[in-house]
Amino acid sequence: MTIPRIPIGDWIEAFIDFLVENLSFLTKAFSEVTENGLDWIEAGMKAVPPWIFIPLFALLAWRLSKSKGIGVFCLIGFTLILSMGLWKATMSTIALVLVSTLVSIAIGVPVGIFAAMSRPVYRVVMPVLDVMQTMPAFVYLIPAIPFFGLGKVAAIFSTVVFAMPPAIRLTCLGIKQVPSELVECAEAFGSNRWQRLVKLELPMATPTIMAGVNQTVMLALSMVVIAAMIGARGLGGEVWKAIQRMQMGDGFEAGIGIVIVAIALDRILQKLGSRSKA
Amino acid sequence: MAKIEVENLYKIFGPNPSKVLPMLEKGATKDEIMEKTKHGVGVNNASFTVEEGEIVVVMGLSGSGKSTLVRCVNRLIEPTAGTIRIDGQNITELNREELRMVRLTKLGMVFQNFALYPHRTVAQNAEYGLEIQGVSASERRKKANEALSIVGLGGWEDSYPEQLSGGMQQRVGLARALALDPDILLMDEAFSALDPLIRSDMQDELINLQDEMHKTILFISHDLDEALKLGDRIVLMKDGRIVQIGTPEDILTSPANDYVERFVENADITQVLTAESVMKKCEAVAYLKSDGPRSALRKMRKHAISGLFVIDNDHKVAGVISVEDCKELIEKDSRDLTSVMTKDPVTVTLDTPASELIQIIYDLPYPLAVVNEKGRLKGVIVRGTLLGALAERGNVDDNS
Repeated sequence: MTIPRIPIGDWIEAFIDFLVENLSFLTKAFSEVTENGLDWIEAGMKAVPPWIFIPLFALLAWRLSKSKGIGVFCLIGFTLILSMGLWKATMSTIALVLVSTLVSIAIGVPVGIFAAMSRPVYRVVMPVLDVMQTMPAFVYLIPAIPFFGLGKVAAIFSTVVFAMPPAIRLTCLGIKQVPSELVECAEAFGSNRWQRLVKLELPMATPTIMAGVNQTVMLALSMVVIAAMIGARGLGGEVWKAIQRMQMGDGFEAGIGIVIVAIALDRILQKLGSRSKA
Repeated sequence: MAKIEVENLYKIFGPNPSKVLPMLEKGATKDEIMEKTKHGVGVNNASFTVEEGEIVVVMGLSGSGKSTLVRCVNRLIEPTAGTIRIDGQNITELNREELRMVRLTKLGMVFQNFALYPHRTVAQNAEYGLEIQGVSASERRKKANEALSIVGLGGWEDSYPEQLSGGMQQRVGLARALALDPDILLMDEAFSALDPLIRSDMQDELINLQDEMHKTILFISHDLDEALKLGDRIVLMKDGRIVQIGTPEDILTSPANDYVERFVENADITQVLTAESVMKKCEAVAYLKSDGPRSALRKMRKHAISGLFVIDNDHKVAGVISVEDCKELIEKDSRDLTSVMTKDPVTVTLDTPASELIQIIYDLPYPLAVVNEKGRLKGVIVRGTLLGALAERGNVDDNS
């Protein structure tokens, strides 16, 4: 027995075609801005010689996290990356993560705020986030190509889609978690909605929002590797190259580079988050 | 004119309150409504007023609707039906912006769990309302500091709430409300989260502050002793309904029904009953001007008592004279009562609480005179009447 095939795939394809045809001015603008921004940041980072960058980064990590251990880890870790000959790739990856994270936060935090303030928005956003988070990350690569073509911008696009949900979720959660008595108090003293948001909810939600930012960065880092398949270079590109050529050593070296970047960013952001709680 | 007037106020929680309202108006109880419609009744036809400068305590057990009631007054909770007037202005009809202005200018609120902003310093908390009003930074800091020093927190301006004890945190809460200089303070179980000794201190302090500020205060409490201590009048609630409104003494001496009676059974009656309420009328006195020992004796015999207060020419209590004193005077053939009477007997004022009376009267050889602020004799308390009055309220002997 056969049942009729429901052509969901066809519909989605038609929908994406429609978007590509009709929204090309938007995608082009996005492409233009992010590509330029990314190039600029990447060029800036690569322009700094490693023997200045590494101590500077280690110092910054130490200052921000108030932990000597993290500073030392950054110093040794990035020196190792340099010695493995992965410096340029690492800078590309960090630049890609940076831009993706900034875009994710720029979109995610306001959406999270709206979702917290309005029930209808919340009801629409949450299932969309569920889909975004459960859909295999590779799937995002496919529509990215017709929109932006192969390359960095497509990589950033799919990375943003993949990395944004925690920023939205935790912003929303942080605001909803503000004790109801404090919200009542803000209301009782005649605050308007904006004052309540800026003077109470956002300061109270900051630690939670920072936790969301941390997760966004980690997800962006993991996606940046996957996005190498559609032309993002950097450490992910090295891994991808190694897979295709069966060069196990090179693959692991690039992998270790990613781990070092991930640990460094995670520890710094975690400390930042817990500090804003105090 | 009443500062706050609440008239036929209803609050029903649930998806379709307007459908439930007619049932309530026909007299269905909270439980019946819950069973039939799954709607919760917060406030059921409440009407009362708060006069300017008065402290009214809304009191009831948890679930009696008292917190809902106070939140309806500033519409943190939207009432289902009824009107609330503040200075004659109907609050229920205001739009969002008008309501905000009323909250901003007229209503200060103090919360049970303090509701201080943990990310702000004590001073920044105290000036929150002023900040919302748009007062300049220097001006609001000045006012906030004044308010903080009123509540005794001068010098703590730059601390954070978590560094303060519970009692001090609630002082910040009070200062935050006072900094705005509102006419009305809404205090929702303001002292309930504090431990008993500090709570008692804060109550005393509120009474002292009120003597100077004369705010109109609507105070919510589940503690009868607190209500009796603070309230000029008490509104007693049960299941969303107002059961009785009256002065503390009304509530204690003539409870409206069994519920109130059971409620007040456990109250510390000696804190509330005053000399005025336990004294009896003085049936006879001796006047220094006109009475001699013989007429004094006659008065004693007539009223079957063993002593008399002697009133001097300024109508003040000058002394106490006993049967023996009179006999001695007659034997000496003298008319001068002052030579034998006990001079300057112990007196108490009308508002002396019964708890103090017990100690004073304990080893007093003559009855206790109750005088008004001008020193005039208003009544007399003998040990028997005091114990009788207390026992009548069932709180002296069987206090198990």
